[in-house]
Amino acid sequence: MVFGALYFMAVFLGLGIGAFYIIERQGWGDPLLVVNRFMIYYLVGDLYIRYMLQKMPITNIKPLLYLPINKSKIVAYSLGKTVVSFFNWSHAFFFVPFSVVLLVEGYSPVGVVGWHLAIMALFLCNNFINVLVNNKDNVFYMLLGIFSLLGVCQYYELFNITDYTSPFFNTLYDLPWMAFLTWGLLIALATSAFTYFKRHMYLDAGLAGKKSMAKTEDYAWLNRFGNLGTFLKNDIKLIRRNKRSKTAVIMSFFFIFYGLFFFTGAVEAYDGPVWRIFAGIFISGGFLFSFGQFVPSWDSSYYPLMMSQNIRYREYLTSKWYLIIIATLATTILASFYIYFGWDAYIAVIVGAIYNIGVNSYLVLWGGAYIKTPIDLTSNKKAFGDKQAFNTKTLLLTLPKLIFPLGVYALGHYLISPTAGYIFVGMAGVIGFGFRNKVFAMIEAIYKKEKYKTLAAYKQKA
Amino acid sequence: MISVQNLTKKYGESIVLNIENLEIPKGQSFGLVGNNGAGKTTLFSLMLDLIQPTTGHIVNNGVQVDTSEAWKPFTSAFIDETFLIGYLTPEEYFYFIGELRGRNKADVDSLLAGFEDFFHDEILGQKKYLRDLSKGNQKKAGIVASFIGDPEVIILDEPFANLDPTTQIKLKGIIKDLAASKEVTVLVSSHDLIHVTEVCERIVVLNKGELVRDIQTSKETLKELEVFFGG
Repeated sequence: MVFGALYFMAVFLGLGIGAFYIIERQGWGDPLLVVNRFMIYYLVGDLYIRYMLQKMPITNIKPLLYLPINKSKIVAYSLGKTVVSFFNWSHAFFFVPFSVVLLVEGYSPVGVVGWHLAIMALFLCNNFINVLVNNKDNVFYMLLGIFSLLGVCQYYELFNITDYTSPFFNTLYDLPWMAFLTWGLLIALATSAFTYFKRHMYLDAGLAGKKSMAKTEDYAWLNRFGNLGTFLKNDIKLIRRNKRSKTAVIMSFFFIFYGLFFFTGAVEAYDGPVWRIFAGIFISGGFLFSFGQFVPSWDSSYYPLMMSQNIRYREYLTSKWYLIIIATLATTILASFYIYFGWDAYIAVIVGAIYNIGVNSYLVLWGGAYIKTPIDLTSNKKAFGDKQAFNTKTLLLTLPKLIFPLGVYALGHYLISPTAGYIFVGMAGVIGFGFRNKVFAMIEAIYKKEKYKTLAAYKQKA
Repeated sequence: MISVQNLTKKYGESIVLNIENLEIPKGQSFGLVGNNGAGKTTLFSLMLDLIQPTTGHIVNNGVQVDTSEAWKPFTSAFIDETFLIGYLTPEEYFYFIGELRGRNKADVDSLLAGFEDFFHDEILGQKKYLRDLSKGNQKKAGIVASFIGDPEVIILDEPFANLDPTTQIKLKGIIKDLAASKEVTVLVSSHDLIHVTEVCERIVVLNKGELVRDIQTSKETLKELEVFFGG
């Protein structure tokens, strides 16, 4: 998480300072108006990320309940804790420098301050909205659906929601006293969150864990795979029924769009031809990276069971490997919209997928054998990674995952032709495919060698 | 069946287990008692090769457990909730264990039918995942899962803890039946002296990692144990 946080801080800081000048130079219009136009998406995106990742304050309340502290204090304390969360102050890294630049560039000081304070209040509003809607999946996904649809509509110029929302954000600058309104809204939301929590502070009400209706599922069609089927069935249930693994799947879905940075020319630094392979690997490799690198940690909560059963590591690994392959193929098909940017782009995706299947699928499993981070399947804590996941062995293994294919492509591209580059990378994937048994045998040996260390590490709860 | 030789386990400087010799014959119902930190779970974890011995070794039916995995097919255990898969329903969990131990659905179903009384309608068909069951019901599921696949050695750590009185009595009956068959070696640890003296033919007392008593259960055993722990 530390790495992720630092990364986002750096990105925000860079954007905060640079955004104004980038927008101006690109000739998109008045930077403040442009920022205001997309503010609605920023806010909704923020809410989405909070919903997925921000930890709710209720989890740590239970031990406080029977201590001589009055309830208002407990609620105020836990809500107060959410206010100082990273999810709130991280935005300051963008808005503070951006506002300073606005002042430097001669915008009205009163207007800028009013606008800044108002936006700040809106982000804090998000904080409390998130607290209030927590675990209401239906509402949340409906909102998400509506806004995705609006985004698509805007892209195809069918309907532009920002026409209706940007005047509001512009008014915040034109009429600085409007900031009081947003702060009023914030106070209202904070109060309702406070009363809501206070009223529901019982073990069987607000503090109760969500229990889902369980259904026994057979997946009898997987029986034809014999022992492998046993593991496949379990892995599918693992992915479908746990919050943490679902997040990994959703994250891998977003990886598909990562390529837009490269193929639309949005980021100049990425325009070199070699970067296409980089994009290709990421587009189809989302699941591979977000799920694969944590094998066997997904099974950490019941690893002692697995280790005392008669488990053939080969079948266990093969099952995870199949999931990765299926996901890679599925994302490759989903990513077919890149044809829009030319066949060249989609071929890069396909070549990336071949390399992912042939080489990277083993490499992530290999690297995973060294990652001994227990995973709490029921929470999204550390979904963005964890410092224990960054050790020298796993870092060394990212080289062949990402850098090697770039090198291979560059070789073909500059020595012969772009097509040769693609063929080279594809060939590397095909050759890698042939080493499956060898690599699996090696990973098995690591599993066996590291067994006691892994068991001990998983015992330390996440 | 199980033979322990010169077994020690150290963490840093502290010795948590030190057993020179312990032989458990086939078919014995073996009870392990001791206060917290006596080394009961450590001994069981060593038998399951979940931790490595510092010195010595354990041989299970002729298989040295830390060098070969051949003991796994005939040994089963329920130690704690890390032996449960929280996101499965009890049925799915039983079938999964069954498949790992070479038993099909019908085999598992017929085994489960024998435990209907023990489950008391709280395990099967509950539309709940294991993680959402109460601690006692989780334990019931874990214990029964350890009976799947006709194991010759069954290791149960604190099986009576968290169970309601009725279930405790039923579990005692089940363990006695297993022991009576003389085919299955049952190893049970407990803090409840009455329960162990009732179900185990032999009781070993651990204290701070050392084997301090080795008793063939008789009428006087409970008294003897109470004196030991009371004094």
